[in-house]
Amino acid sequence: MLRKSALPARAGLGLKPTHYADIMSGEPDVGFFEVHAENYMGDGGPPHRYLEAISAIYPISLHGVGLSIGAEGPLDKAHLARLKALIGRYRPASFSEHLAWSTHDSAFLNDLLPLPYTPATLDRIVGHVDEVQQVLGQRMLLENPSTYVLFEESTIDEIDFLAAVAERTGCGLLLDVNNVMVSSVNHRLDPVRYIDRFPVELVGEIHLAGYDEAVDGAGDRLLIDAHASAVLDDVFALYDHTLSRSGPVATLIEWDNNVPDFATLFAEARRAEAVMAGHAAGNTLKVA
Amino acid sequence: MQATTSQSDFVASLLDPAAAAPAGVTTMRGSPDAARFDVYRNNVMVSLIGALEQKFPVCRQIVGEEFFRDMARLFVRQTKPSSPLIFLYGDDFPTFIDGFEPARPVPYLGDAARLEVAWMRAYHAADGTPLDIAAIAAIGPETLAASRIVLHPSASLLRSRWPVGSIWEAHQHKPVAKIGRSGAETVLVVRPGAEVNVHIPPPSDRAFAEALFAGATLGDAAQAGSLDGDFDFGRALVGLASLGIISGLQPASESDN
Repeated sequence: MLRKSALPARAGLGLKPTHYADIMSGEPDVGFFEVHAENYMGDGGPPHRYLEAISAIYPISLHGVGLSIGAEGPLDKAHLARLKALIGRYRPASFSEHLAWSTHDSAFLNDLLPLPYTPATLDRIVGHVDEVQQVLGQRMLLENPSTYVLFEESTIDEIDFLAAVAERTGCGLLLDVNNVMVSSVNHRLDPVRYIDRFPVELVGEIHLAGYDEAVDGAGDRLLIDAHASAVLDDVFALYDHTLSRSGPVATLIEWDNNVPDFATLFAEARRAEAVMAGHAAGNTLKVA
Repeated sequence: MQATTSQSDFVASLLDPAAAAPAGVTTMRGSPDAARFDVYRNNVMVSLIGALEQKFPVCRQIVGEEFFRDMARLFVRQTKPSSPLIFLYGDDFPTFIDGFEPARPVPYLGDAARLEVAWMRAYHAADGTPLDIAAIAAIGPETLAASRIVLHPSASLLRSRWPVGSIWEAHQHKPVAKIGRSGAETVLVVRPGAEVNVHIPPPSDRAFAEALFAGATLGDAAQAGSLDGDFDFGRALVGLASLGIISGLQPASESDN
């Protein structure tokens, strides 16, 4: 099978400044570290100093949160150039971004906003992903979003949309299993069926995170993609199911708000690797 | 009939708390739900307030969490980030604070915020090697007097009517230390290595430092400094150099033609 990612099929953690010192002194056995690209776009200072040192020891996944691939407007050329420079400097094993938008009329809204799935938006996303891959000179992974609303004009199913982008651009996919849970509950879909329909052969990385729960105006369950707690059991079960289809895949624990101490994060990575271990033998048999 | 939703419509609703969800945005029930659209509104607001909370920890301590969040919310309503580099957001927050009526009882708050902007700027600035003091000593007095300093990329100077450096320093301790000074302060912020440092040069060195940051030659800066009876050129220059503020010296021949 074509390698979709140079990331190892292990659990990784988001790299947080509060943990820089712990990581450098303890060199914990973590499969990879993922960084938000935009936090490393300053000219110098501690972020680069630590990323230099950590990237010398661990594989790095570069995860963009500000490229606004889903925007109606053109991609920000200066931002693409900054990404290219970061990739040149740190040689990350993977670069990923979101099926979402965050910039409009030069205002950056700092959230991953949803888009309708139509032939027109598909053409636009394909154009943007083509441009990203051309400028960066490498394949990217596109992540499925968590969403709270739907669009009347949507005519294409989300999975079909992602698969079409991948087919037309050659990009891979980042499967955020927490986002699958959040969107499925929010739109009353079956998360297991979502996973069963997902083109897992295109998945180069999986994300896991904790969600918050609320209710909407009609009293329906409303899950919110919060990244502020441990991964919940139902998401771990869905992850287990995902791996039964995909085999072991590089898996990130996303815990970006109320960041806990490093030991707590590390325990989450271990939990994910325990689930992965249960699928390793089966995968080997399949390949043989 | 199905409405289409442009991103302009989406943003217009997103940024106006009183607006309805944009046309064409719906739910699996087939009807719009304000609580769902509000998740996006809330995400934008909370994440941008959070960015300001991270960048201005001393201001937060000075006015308290609730006051800070209310003030930040009003700033976010009128000013959105212009870059996905979120650490740049809020560089104009100090100016907003200066004009923010409820913060008037804390007149130094705007300058405290300016100091925190300088801190963040220094944190992310390009790295540079500070000039070795021995290299300065090797230069003849006339050449030295005609030279200008090349500032370290992380260095900045803040002049305040308030003891803003002492206030900042006091808030690095828990509980907040007693502030020993009153009156104006000039503060230097620099990151010569891994750590951002905040310095308060002695009053006798202020005019000299300010002149150098404004681009004066060392000779002219010394003249400005000598208006203070306690000023000592050698001591002041070595003092600034030892903080790591000087990256190099630019001889007159390069800068003046």
